[in-house]
Amino acid sequence: MAETIIRTENLSFAYEEEGNRIPVIENLNLEIEKGSFVAVLGHNGSGKSTLAKLINLILTPTGGTLSLFGEKVDEKEMSDDALYALRQRIGMVFQNPDNQLVATVVEEDVAFGPENLGIPPAEIRKRVDDALDIVGMRAFAKHSPHQLSGGQKQRVAIAGIIALRPDVIIFDEATAMLDPRGRADILATIEKLNREFGTTVIHITHYMEEAIRAGRVIVIDDGKIVLDGTPREVFSAVDTVKAAGLDVPQVTELMLEIRKDGFDFPADALTFSEGADAVEAYILKTRNKKEHS
Amino acid sequence: MLKDITLGQFFPGNSILHRLDPRIKLILAVVYIVMIFLAKGVTAYALVVLFTVFLVAVSKIPVRTILKSLKPLLIVLIITALINIFWNGGTTPLFTIWKITVYKEGVIRAAAMALRIILLMAGTSVLLTYTTSPIALTDAIERLLSPLRAIKVPVHEFAMMMTIALRFIPTLIEETEKIMNAQKARGADFESGNLIKKAKSLIPVLIPLFISSFRRAEELATAMECRCYRGGKGRTRMTVLHLKAHDFLFTLFVCFTVAGIVLLNIYLPVYTI
Repeated sequence: MAETIIRTENLSFAYEEEGNRIPVIENLNLEIEKGSFVAVLGHNGSGKSTLAKLINLILTPTGGTLSLFGEKVDEKEMSDDALYALRQRIGMVFQNPDNQLVATVVEEDVAFGPENLGIPPAEIRKRVDDALDIVGMRAFAKHSPHQLSGGQKQRVAIAGIIALRPDVIIFDEATAMLDPRGRADILATIEKLNREFGTTVIHITHYMEEAIRAGRVIVIDDGKIVLDGTPREVFSAVDTVKAAGLDVPQVTELMLEIRKDGFDFPADALTFSEGADAVEAYILKTRNKKEHS
Repeated sequence: MLKDITLGQFFPGNSILHRLDPRIKLILAVVYIVMIFLAKGVTAYALVVLFTVFLVAVSKIPVRTILKSLKPLLIVLIITALINIFWNGGTTPLFTIWKITVYKEGVIRAAAMALRIILLMAGTSVLLTYTTSPIALTDAIERLLSPLRAIKVPVHEFAMMMTIALRFIPTLIEETEKIMNAQKARGADFESGNLIKKAKSLIPVLIPLFISSFRRAEELATAMECRCYRGGKGRTRMTVLHLKAHDFLFTLFVCFTVAGIVLLNIYLPVYTI
């Protein structure tokens, strides 16, 4: 059992609007283990981005407790230095790549984070080169961000976070504004970070096809966790997933529709290749039956 | 249309001008401006022009790019020239149009003024904006002005604002074009009508642009906070500036040029203004 690095107990967040208290997150209990790859799903306004901002200490919870790296976080008691030390360990990549790049040259943007940490220049140089290598953007180090595609910009944004050397990276719908190719690139980068560098990844997304690549899927609806488990477990609870305003992966949906008509297909197929395998197995099985009879 | 604006756009490269210390370049740009206003006669002007041509040649920036950046200045140039032609008295009348006499001195002055503006634009953009990455430039400003921090001038904050403004110029231009196209698709007309009508037709472009800029600003602020930005306190930089031999040599060269202009003003004044 790996060490728990993020733990929330009855975590709540609400804001006031015209005297009404509007809850966004309600009594949320969650544990995330070191080195895991967690996908968070939820429709717009379900509170998933708020959860990310609470973990990143951008927002202060209105109730409950949050523990990071085994220590309870109390923002009121905490010094500024301690707050930034924690924030450095939890990086965040946002939806719009344009709105997170600060500098006009790629490498200078990647250097922005380490510069804020007050790291010596030679070390910053090394971190920047390493980070650009990891995301495969070293060749574009001297380019200007507006010359890059959306996917490339987002990879630069990720490099800017990697250069901070965080333990956890939260991707807040980081693939939502990208074309399919850009999305594939980002997902490959995310998996690489998780597998090769042991970075804990929290990937907030709309895309079911991305969620099935995570080790664990959490479905959030109205500020509460409604499902939590492996992708297979979560997506076999079709009704709950649909009630949360989400879709199940296309292949799963197809298999379930076929099952409804009385055919024996697996209910937990997630990927296209699993779907293809199921169809192949079915065809072979029926052919064998015919030959026997 | 908007993409043609190249003013304030950095061209990455490796020329001597690119490699000069941005602080030196900033100071020399000021010296260059002084140089332009110091020049009095044709000979001194010729030296400034020569110097500017030298800068352009050394920078390896395509001449076409520089000429293109001067295009928006055309109206300013024409107005300045006209004002100088008609408002300046003189002793040698050239011709008279409806009670207004144009003097030779006025024409010379107009030409000199136009030349001044062109040199001012071309020289400073080659010396600074084209060959210095905006970050290096703001960095230089920050470092040159850092003594002012002692009297509570927010030097770092000012430099950061400049950087962000520069970073978002292309993004906002792109967005403006997108909004304009969207409005055009809905039947908006930006081209016809008089100036007032044209300006009015831009309101539906400016409002969405403003709203989205505010949203961008907020998102950027959050992203910066996530990257541990907390103002200039305790911040280091990846690139450390050191003056090198070529910085001193170039400064020396500029000093000689200034001396040359002063000497030409004194000893070879031709058609002075």
